[in-house]
Amino acid sequence: MEHIRTPKVEQVKLLDRFSNKSVTGTLHLTATHLIFVESNSTSILHHHIASVEKLSLKTNGCPLLIQCRNFRLVHFVIPRERDCHDIYSSLLRLLRPVSYDELYAFSYNPKQNDQQREEGWQLIDLAAEFERMGVPCDQWQLTDVNREYKVCKTYPRDLYVPIMASKPIIVGSSKFRSKGRFPVLTYFYQEKKAAVCRCSQPLSGFSARCLEDEHMLQAISKANHNSRYIYVMDTRPKLNALANRAAGKGYENEDNYSNIRFQFVGIENIHVMRGSLQKLLEVVGTRSLSMTDYLVGLENSGWLRHIKAIMDAAIFLAKTVTVEGASVLVHCSDGWDRTAQVCALGSLLMDPYYRTIKGFMVLIEKDWISFGHKFADRCDQLDPDPKEVSPIFTQFLECVWQLTEQFPQAFEFSEWFLIQIHEHVHSCQFGNFLGNSQRQREDLQLKERTYSLWAHLLSEKQNYLNPVYSPSFAESHPVLEPSTQAYHFKFWRNMYHQYDRSMHPRQSILKHVLTLKDSNRDSVSSPPKINLHSIHHNAPLLSRKEVQQEEDEEVFGEEAMEDAPAITGGERTVEGSSATENGYGELMGSFGSKNEPGAVTLEFGVARMTC
Amino acid sequence: MEFAELIKTPRVDGVVLHRPFMPTVEGTLCLTGHHLILSSRQDNTEELWLLHANIDSIEKRFVGSLGTIIVKCKDLRVIQLDIPGMEECLNIASSIEALSTLDSVSLMYPFFYRPLFEVIEDGWQLFVPEEAFKDLESMVLFYPWNETTLFGLPKEDEEDNIALWSAESAFTVDEAVMMRAAQPLTGTNGRRCKEDEKLINATLCAGKRGYIIDTRTIAVAQQAKTRGGGFEQEANYPQWRRIHKAIERSNVLQDSLIKLVEACNDQSHSMDRWLSKLEASNWQSKVKEILTTACLAAQCIDREGASVLVHGTEGTDSTLQVTSLAQIILDPACRTIRGFEVLIEREWLQAGHPFQQRCAQSAYSNGKPRSEAPVFLLFLDCVWQILRQFPCSFQFNENLLIMFFEHAYASQFGTFLGNCVAERVKLQLSQKTVSLWSWVNRPQELERFLNPLYEPNNLVIWPSVAPQSLLLWEGVFLRWNRSTKCLDEACQEMVHIIEYNKELQNKVNSLRRQLAQLETEDSPLQTP
Repeated sequence: MEHIRTPKVEQVKLLDRFSNKSVTGTLHLTATHLIFVESNSTSILHHHIASVEKLSLKTNGCPLLIQCRNFRLVHFVIPRERDCHDIYSSLLRLLRPVSYDELYAFSYNPKQNDQQREEGWQLIDLAAEFERMGVPCDQWQLTDVNREYKVCKTYPRDLYVPIMASKPIIVGSSKFRSKGRFPVLTYFYQEKKAAVCRCSQPLSGFSARCLEDEHMLQAISKANHNSRYIYVMDTRPKLNALANRAAGKGYENEDNYSNIRFQFVGIENIHVMRGSLQKLLEVVGTRSLSMTDYLVGLENSGWLRHIKAIMDAAIFLAKTVTVEGASVLVHCSDGWDRTAQVCALGSLLMDPYYRTIKGFMVLIEKDWISFGHKFADRCDQLDPDPKEVSPIFTQFLECVWQLTEQFPQAFEFSEWFLIQIHEHVHSCQFGNFLGNSQRQREDLQLKERTYSLWAHLLSEKQNYLNPVYSPSFAESHPVLEPSTQAYHFKFWRNMYHQYDRSMHPRQSILKHVLTLKDSNRDSVSSPPKINLHSIHHNAPLLSRKEVQQEEDEEVFGEEAMEDAPAITGGERTVEGSSATENGYGELMGSFGSKNEPGAVTLEFGVARMTC
Repeated sequence: MEFAELIKTPRVDGVVLHRPFMPTVEGTLCLTGHHLILSSRQDNTEELWLLHANIDSIEKRFVGSLGTIIVKCKDLRVIQLDIPGMEECLNIASSIEALSTLDSVSLMYPFFYRPLFEVIEDGWQLFVPEEAFKDLESMVLFYPWNETTLFGLPKEDEEDNIALWSAESAFTVDEAVMMRAAQPLTGTNGRRCKEDEKLINATLCAGKRGYIIDTRTIAVAQQAKTRGGGFEQEANYPQWRRIHKAIERSNVLQDSLIKLVEACNDQSHSMDRWLSKLEASNWQSKVKEILTTACLAAQCIDREGASVLVHGTEGTDSTLQVTSLAQIILDPACRTIRGFEVLIEREWLQAGHPFQQRCAQSAYSNGKPRSEAPVFLLFLDCVWQILRQFPCSFQFNENLLIMFFEHAYASQFGTFLGNCVAERVKLQLSQKTVSLWSWVNRPQELERFLNPLYEPNNLVIWPSVAPQSLLLWEGVFLRWNRSTKCLDEACQEMVHIIEYNKELQNKVNSLRRQLAQLETEDSPLQTP
């Protein structure tokens, strides 16, 4: 609290990002949130703030521009410069916590007792997950070699390796791999006994070999009788892998390993991805964006190209495992970014379980959290090293969204589930994503001191359900085979413009159908007698008004009451749809003598008319 | 001319048909005067019936004696026919070419088509102009038939060709009206026409102002002066403000469509190539421009209570896009199936959009476009964009829009034949052909076009025109390039949920009625 100089400022204007609209209210600064109160209130978690910018003083006050990690952009105008400066400097301090203890998760209390909290953490059990896949089995075993995190600090304690991989082989192989991340099992395709394994790059340099590592790969190969060879997928572009050779790292030399098929798949590194997202956000954040600039910008950002590259790699993985029945070893440099993307997405294509709400949580817990995707660094939770930040996990969520667009009935969850997970990866409100590795999370005693996101999400599961989900789809499509035609990859508006309400359809089919389905269930499950009484409660549920309510409505109030447009003299519009909020209103404003001297602006016309 | 002369080989056996996402079919190919038919003559196999008029272009290839004809249709479908025998293949190809490019309108299929259904409601009698305008008391309709439109104006105004009154009292705010016209013929020396000025001003109440939305840029409008056209001078129309918008470029529209379809058919899978081709086609830009202009016109009426006059050059292309879209935004009646039909009838057919010229060729045409332009398709695309943004506000679904697109380009019905009302009268379409409306409005057909999510909504619907909000109309442009099985099934599931909900609601309502009845029956007993 000592960082907060001015807890409250009145008469603050909140400007809309794309139109000229604004609302006036009071700005409150608390230890965890920035809250703007007018008729509705908007709150922004400090952890969500990526940057704060104080723009130069204008006649109506001092503008403060806040950019959030959930792609929200908030533009305040604070009447007095002093207040603005106070808020600015307080925020600067507040959004750069120096120790884990300062993160919201350690103060957040959802009013649960210890038992409830523990139960929350027990929801996801990875040992049970491997059991579900059919591991351990006659070819794969659980090894205790990393019980004390001695072999690999960034791996989980429990690891699954081929029966034939003895401890010396494991230890030897780990010494030949970046960060000690030796090949381990991440997904087992029971039907063909084919394995998906992951690791980091070998320290092969130009000529180095490691017999143990070679044995390790052989052991993986031998564990699968369906195929004589295994595929090694290096998810990097070849050029990057070559460059790594000079640093004593690199990739597997096919001559040294018996029966491997080596393949590059060309996903770019974290720096390229960071830059790409930046470009994308710049483009879509432009006011009065033209179609040409949008499409050219979308192309130049390369974002969808990267998304497609990840998808292509995952499809290759899934095909190799399910059709050829061959085992695959996936790696990149350290094996915690691209490798996590490809393994997780590939598994999701192969296994319908991961397309359920619970299964998706398990998948994230396994391939991302336990295998040490560096959430703290990538999501900029604590240590402010901008070079480490990268939207790797966001890309994974987007790939899943692209799949939900092609297979609307395959997923138990809707895109709001993905978006909510994305919110909380950055919110630091729950313990799951804190830190960079399992070991670090244990040191932080997260299970004792924080709550699990999964329990929270499950408690509001009904918000994230996909109304057209069909469990029987999994039977007819156990393996998803998405099309990789470029036109299937679309811009994810609900993610990158989640808070820009004017851009979205004003009536949501998803919410409408979800509500109907809900009320169907209610009507059927409650006996008619009681139902008769509850009709009156259910009835409004069916009205369109209810359905249209947006989740993120706090920013701007409803401008249109659809009941009595004539009486209020208000806008005759559908809720949330207004002429002024859209580009064409603005266009008229900017339509002026600048470009076409002969033209008259509408504003001018209005002024003249009222004279 | 007899069709038989053009059909060199009426029948070939052993022809193999390839269609995307469908199993190949082997069967007999037959050519009739108007159709290309392929039938396997087995049960359960779908037959292909293709109107020659739907064929945009064909390509032929030979491998040995096996010939292949690639048929590219105006509805953007591409099919492949493998025909054994070189001579047969050449004969078929030249027959198709001849039959699909018949010059004479009276040889078109609508003049030969006899409906297999009973015409209950004759579509030709459906939309009587007086009916549509009956709410406008102060307006007088004139009937001197002129070349392009149904409602011309008295002789003295003819040179300005101010054409059609188009206004719906349903959305007139403070007596604001929307009108459309062609450009005034001011020429380089700034000719005036008192009657035109009087006429335009007569639509404004005392003290009111109006907006003239010119769909051309000021530069293009200036240029038009050298050809005798031009725009309204402020001095002569003091109550009007002119706004220029850059949407009238129908001559480049055809090129835009060709490029877009080419991009959609590109199988290279490269992301960058797709996006740059999509951009280069300029199609999405046009969607945005037209929607923006329509919103502007609607805004003038709804927000300013001002009257609006829309025109470009001829008033038969971009003008119609703007006025009809503005009405969809403003007027809930236009969002019903009937209302949308009325809109097409009034704002397109009777307003003299030259359907026959514009829709003579589609995206696969090889020749240099004469007056072809997908003006109507672009309008339908814009409607689809609004429908996407307000999925509960339209009584109809996407299928209706796609159906209109198909029938505008090739149809068994006479509705879209000819270029204006006068031509249609001359062709005696209403006596010799069946109206599209006679078919669509049958309950059996309508079902396909109903939007299960529809809930009537009396409000103005302002769409977003941000590029992020405007999508590629996949239902038309990717229709034949993707498998829609998964999407269709999801859609069916959605319909199922909605119908089940209705069913339950009915049950609840009837139970509620029963309860109420029981209560009233009980009450006299309780209070003796």
